[in-house]
Amino acid sequence: MGRIITKRKIAPEIISLEIEAPAVAEKAKPGQFVILMTDERGERIPLTIADYDRQRGSVRVVSQVVGKTTAKLSRLNEGDELFSFVGPLGKPSDINRYGTIVVVGGGTGIACIYPIARELKEAGNRVITIIGARTKELVIMEEELRKVSTELLISTDDGSYGKKGFVTDVLEEVLRKEKDVKKVWAIGPAPMMRAVCKATKPYNVETIVSLNAIMVDGTGMCGTCRVTVDGETKFTCVDGPEFNGHLVDWAEFMNRLARYGQLEKSSFETYKRERGKDNG
Amino acid sequence: MAEMIPKPERMKRSPRQMPEQDPKKRIRNFDEVPLGYTAEDAIYEAQRCLQCDPPPCVSGCPAEVHVPQFIQKIVEEDFAGACIEILKTNSLPAMCGRVCPQEEQCQRVCVYNKKDKPIAIGRLERFAADWAREHRVKEKLLEIRKKDKRVAVVGSGPAGLTCAADLAKMGYDVTIFEALHKPGGVLIYGIPEFRLPKKIVGHEIDKVKELGVKVTTDLVVGITKSVDELVEEFDAIFLANGAGAPQFMHIPGENLNDVYSANEFLTRSNLMKAYKFPEFDTPIKVGKKVAVIGAGNVAMDAARTALRLGAKEVYVVYRRTRKEAPARVEEIAHAEEEGIRLDFLTLPVRIIGDDKGNVTGMECIKMQLGEPDESGRRKPLPVKGSNFVMQVDMVINAIGTMANPIVARSATGVQTNRWGYFTVDEETRATSREGVFAGGDITRGSATVISAIGDGKKAARAIDCYLSSGSSLRKR
Ligand SMILES: Cc1cc2nc3c(=O)[nH]c(=O)nc-3n(C[C@H](O)[C@H](O)[C@H](O)COP(=O)(O)OP(=O)(O)OC[C@H]3O[C@@H](n4cnc5c(N)ncnc54)[C@H](O)[C@@H]3O)c2cc1C
Ligand code: FES
Repeated sequence: MGRIITKRKIAPEIISLEIEAPAVAEKAKPGQFVILMTDERGERIPLTIADYDRQRGSVRVVSQVVGKTTAKLSRLNEGDELFSFVGPLGKPSDINRYGTIVVVGGGTGIACIYPIARELKEAGNRVITIIGARTKELVIMEEELRKVSTELLISTDDGSYGKKGFVTDVLEEVLRKEKDVKKVWAIGPAPMMRAVCKATKPYNVETIVSLNAIMVDGTGMCGTCRVTVDGETKFTCVDGPEFNGHLVDWAEFMNRLARYGQLEKSSFETYKRERGKDNG
Repeated sequence: MAEMIPKPERMKRSPRQMPEQDPKKRIRNFDEVPLGYTAEDAIYEAQRCLQCDPPPCVSGCPAEVHVPQFIQKIVEEDFAGACIEILKTNSLPAMCGRVCPQEEQCQRVCVYNKKDKPIAIGRLERFAADWAREHRVKEKLLEIRKKDKRVAVVGSGPAGLTCAADLAKMGYDVTIFEALHKPGGVLIYGIPEFRLPKKIVGHEIDKVKELGVKVTTDLVVGITKSVDELVEEFDAIFLANGAGAPQFMHIPGENLNDVYSANEFLTRSNLMKAYKFPEFDTPIKVGKKVAVIGAGNVAMDAARTALRLGAKEVYVVYRRTRKEAPARVEEIAHAEEEGIRLDFLTLPVRIIGDDKGNVTGMECIKMQLGEPDESGRRKPLPVKGSNFVMQVDMVINAIGTMANPIVARSATGVQTNRWGYFTVDEETRATSREGVFAGGDITRGSATVISAIGDGKKAARAIDCYLSSGSSLRKR
């Protein structure tokens, strides 16, 4: 378990890995995640399952280099074995036949909404997908998503592709136009998910977000992933990762996300310096 | 061979102390605090043993260690033999010698305890196990005919390891399933290096593997594979998944940034080796002034870890008194020697933070003891108007753990009690489902390594009986 079968670079700094994990693939459902370690000294990091193939016994994850662990991950090659790979963790998305659904993906969150959109579509929903990134080359998985969406809308912050602006701008338009949106799924960086919740609030549309909390075990053992939802403490890894975004205490969540910011930054800098030396 | 000294002489001797690292030095490292006996120390202490028959100490040991026999081997300077004698019933001696509360077990019933100077059985056990490891002693295993029955063990803590080892010795094909990436349970993720070096845990686990036990890590039973599926694939199951879910106090401010559960703090430090950050990638933070809530072994471990990670002041806050504190006397003594302050009769009511989520203080109220409650301990009651704020910038919650429902949810027909612990027959560890047994913390709540080992042994015996006779020995 944990061997990298295929590795593709799908955008600058973003890789898609297909990982051999039959036991995980067999049980995986949209919305769930895995925890992996690159090596014995590594960290345990959660990554949302971007796809799974029961026949091939594999799971796909998409990762963007944002720190030391993701940098180490991006350096692994096909055939390499991850030190640890466990899942599928968390509760699956609540897929049902709702009617019209909007799924919103930002950054690598685009990869996470893919299986959700696909299952929603298969369940008979009208799926409007909105994806957004900073700039054109960071827009990932467009073709895959187009296949599983009734409609696909794109935005980039700099206007280099699709509509100029944020996914929330596109979403506002959709909400104004579509009178009967039953539910919104939003996955991406925390500020984006919070902004989506703010946008859907006046329309009173239930909005599901997938929280990328800091985790260690991912099974309810440590509590590092706790978040306040509707005034109650929840563990993201076992009670989530999906929650009703209108009930999430975003300020607390974002403070907790930044807990190790300084330490992680310095460890990443050191790593890059050392790698630089190796290469030079 | 050391000399057999006459009984009156033996009885005059005082117990041999074990040397320890100086508190001033040790708070700056993660090396083990007690340094262990020398051979001379061990012989001196072993010579005190009166070789009682029947030996009361054995009855105090759930692992059924042949105490007088192994001690006699030490007197005879056959240290390898001493360890082999222990291994006959206990697969984890170096760990037990270090973390068992012997004062509550074997040493409590030692005849010398009447005079308050029991034989230091734990230290001798540790000595024998360490000697054997350092001298690469190999026990000769009896040739056992392999049996064609397969047993699955869920969890690789002391209960799971013991049950697996005992069954493997009987010839069963045993696989342990462990959720984390490393086996050992609390021994690996909870108890710190300075109390239980991980090299030693690793060695004892390797010995269990040498018996033929397979260990599958990264498999969360209840998620990756259900208990129901295991029942399909295996002839018997032993559930030993521990009581690993942290409890919180449910007071305001508990989700501020630097409020840790002891589980998180210790797991980062021990399992993930965050105390070696950035050499290891997992980060950990420690405040200047740290409050640890609770007064069990876990609280002492968290407090002492915080100190070693660089905290200037560490306070252990407990709502009852020293007398009720559940930690071993030795652990409290070690903590105090290291300069940790214990604040008894103090209950946190609120954690205070700034808008970035940083902890700036903890409001507490003083307590006084009232009438005894259902546990027999005097109930702490708040003293009106005694609120005060402790100036701390980090809080570690060590008030206890509870059952994690993941395993039980996937086990049809296996009954749990209202706290989520499996209900079992005390002797056979049989659950309400045929062929499924359970032991360790997941059947009693957070307890001790030795009780978990005892459960593992009982279960192994009952599983053997069940698989050879077809009866799960359950009380009906
Ligand atoms: C910090 C700390 C200090 C302690 N100090 C002492 C001490 O000094 N002396 C003493 O006697 N006792 C001590 N204890 C208590 C003692 O460690 C426990 O009572 C003992 O480890 C229980 O053993 P166990 O085998 O039941 O469970 P655990 O040791 O908890 O092991 C359970 C294992 O099961 C795994 N698991 C859980 N869920 C799943 C799942 N779904 N699928 C697969 N695997 C799973 C866990 O990851 C773990 O590895 C301490 C406990 C802690 C936390
Ligand atoms: S990650 Fe440890 S409890 Fe959620």
